[in-house]
Amino acid sequence: MAAVQNSSTHPEDNLVQKGIKEGIFAGVIAFGLFLLYIGVVTEQNIHNELVYRFRWFALAVFVIIAAVGRFLVVTVGQPWLAARKADAKNKVADSGESALKKALPKLALVFLLAYPMLAVGLAGPQGSLKYVDNFGIQILIYVMLGWGLNIVVGLAGLLDLGYVAFYAVGAYSYALLSTYFGLSFWVLLPLSGILAAFWGMILGFPVLRLRGDYLAIVTLAFGEIIRLVLINWSDVTKGTFGISSIPKATLFGIKFDASKDGFAALMGLAPSSAYYKIFLFYLILALCLLTAYVTIRLRRMPIGRAWEALREDEIACRALGINTVTTKLTAFAIGAMFGGFAGSFFAARQGFVSPDSFIFMESAIILAIVVLGGMGSLGGIAVAALVMIGGTELLREMEFLKVIFGPDFTPELYRMLLFGAAMVLVMLFKPRGFVGSREPTAFLRERKAVSGSFTKEGHG
Amino acid sequence: MTSETLLKVTGVETYYGNIRALSGVDVEVKQGEIACLIGANGAGKSTLMMTICGSPQARKGQVVFDGKDITRLPTHEIARLRIAQSPEGRRIFPRMTVYENLQMGASLDNLKYFNEDVKRIFKLFPRLEERQQQRGGTLSGGEQQMLSIGRALMARPKLLLLDEPSLGLAPLISKQIFEAIKELNKTEGLTVFLVEQNAFAALRLSDRAYVMVNGNVTMSGTGKELLANPEVRAAYLEGGRH
Ligand SMILES: Nc1ncnc2c1ncn2[C@@H]1O[C@H](COP(=O)(O)OP(=O)(O)O)[C@@H](O)[C@H]1O
Ligand SMILES: [Mg+2]
Repeated sequence: MAAVQNSSTHPEDNLVQKGIKEGIFAGVIAFGLFLLYIGVVTEQNIHNELVYRFRWFALAVFVIIAAVGRFLVVTVGQPWLAARKADAKNKVADSGESALKKALPKLALVFLLAYPMLAVGLAGPQGSLKYVDNFGIQILIYVMLGWGLNIVVGLAGLLDLGYVAFYAVGAYSYALLSTYFGLSFWVLLPLSGILAAFWGMILGFPVLRLRGDYLAIVTLAFGEIIRLVLINWSDVTKGTFGISSIPKATLFGIKFDASKDGFAALMGLAPSSAYYKIFLFYLILALCLLTAYVTIRLRRMPIGRAWEALREDEIACRALGINTVTTKLTAFAIGAMFGGFAGSFFAARQGFVSPDSFIFMESAIILAIVVLGGMGSLGGIAVAALVMIGGTELLREMEFLKVIFGPDFTPELYRMLLFGAAMVLVMLFKPRGFVGSREPTAFLRERKAVSGSFTKEGHG
Repeated sequence: MTSETLLKVTGVETYYGNIRALSGVDVEVKQGEIACLIGANGAGKSTLMMTICGSPQARKGQVVFDGKDITRLPTHEIARLRIAQSPEGRRIFPRMTVYENLQMGASLDNLKYFNEDVKRIFKLFPRLEERQQQRGGTLSGGEQQMLSIGRALMARPKLLLLDEPSLGLAPLISKQIFEAIKELNKTEGLTVFLVEQNAFAALRLSDRAYVMVNGNVTMSGTGKELLANPEVRAAYLEGGRH
């Protein structure tokens, strides 16, 4: 931080010098780091021998990015940050900015409501699939999972590394009960939530006494147990093959297929799979809104406040008469319930579930989203999901990278690199996540009246 | 002043693992009085306070509150019988605002009396009203102590336990705190059980006082008696007077 302050007081040319120096330095480090990873590829030739060749061009691209990036950070980024910091110190709460902040969720909602229409309008029903499904639905699923896990991790402060277990319970509940018993999506959606909540309690009981790292390990194990059960209980779950042709969700009994009484036919539209996706988009949007609504309400209720207090000081909570056992169990159960909702939605969307979808990496991604977003902040988590999941999907689209790295370069394999880089960046600049500070939930209602009563003796 | 016993601790032994921190403590606090417990660091004063609240629980002996044996009750149920504590180290919720901290104190009644009670607290500690939207962790030590006491009072306690409320505070602030305690006792008849290092101020305030040494209560009497006692003066007052 000292460097930041210094650079803002030094004259311009000094800054450029420093930038060049640090840029070259970064370039050298990048060369060393990437020489083996990027610069050399190993391949098998036709005789099954391992041969290697150099990719100087790709290596050069990385080194140049590092050097130029560092140069820009030093000459542009850091002074800007320093100036902003100084600004923030001098400025007292800018009302214009906070008004924008308040309007932002509403604007985002309006955009989301219009989003499928925009996509269809711009790309046609078939072309919209990519935007509605790969971007829209995919991101919203993770927003919902992030918000669900946020109740456990962000609010109650219980580090849960096995959240994907509840996602799995929800998905398999829908998959099994709809294929075996033919129950409809609208019955199974709440039922999946309840079943997941039930499993949340089951997990909750044994781990109540644990805290921090111990809790994390046990929840991680729980996640793996659920996955292993799904793999090995193959009579019911079909093991690693997974369950396929899971029935789709319906809208008031109307099916989304090409049949005579399907949605497209009833509406007089050309049959297209886009309608189902658009329906799913609105469905997951509604589920997200439900999650947000419940979270916001809970935070203002005694139980929500108890969660937040529990995160800060468990002993103090008990001394205030709060039953920490039930408080923790409700956090687990409610968090798990939203995971279950998301899971049954996932099953209805994919039409196929297998244990592969519920590996530990999923838990890690969801947790990363919660941490990056700033634990406890709904807006921050939504932004984190947008950046991380949207970024992953964007990587798939980056065909042009093949020009640089050769035709067999698959960009989406680098998504973990993206995650790592984003983690490091956010933790460097915003150690508490995108939205780091928690919003108070309680205000004195008649604040003005009270301050008035200061001056007038005998009021209030 | 009635002479009904509100809290009676008999023969209490408390252990941390195998280490005995309290070895047969007898203490009594009557309705409407201020009782205090003085003693050196590590004597077991905080342990007694926490044992009354059931965390840790006494291994031997009995804690009776308001005629009810609470020795084996879980902490939150003891709190529901209206024993409130401002514990050692204050333990306010640092990321929550002053106002939210006070709300947490009123969890027992689900905020039923919150609005009237919060006014009382703000009258007692006007500093808290000024800082109600500030986060607890950013308060000064004295303000945190006020908040800790205020939060305990929000539970409408029958018995208020205070563990070293003047610890680390400037003399003027600790005087304010002691005055607030006295006022609560006088105007509302609140029973207070106080642990203090600042023996002089505590003894002067108290109707009943105990001295603890190495997990045992070695002396007891009225505050005045102990103030006049040469042993007490030598051990806790001379040179230690603030
Ligand atoms: N959590 C604990 N675990 C183990 N020993 C403890 C714990 N808390 C206190 N003790 C020990 O118990 C004894 C009494 O401590 P305490 O009640 O805090 O004393 P006081 O409040 O009178 O200064 C001390 O010897 C202390 O080291
Ligand atoms: Mg102590």
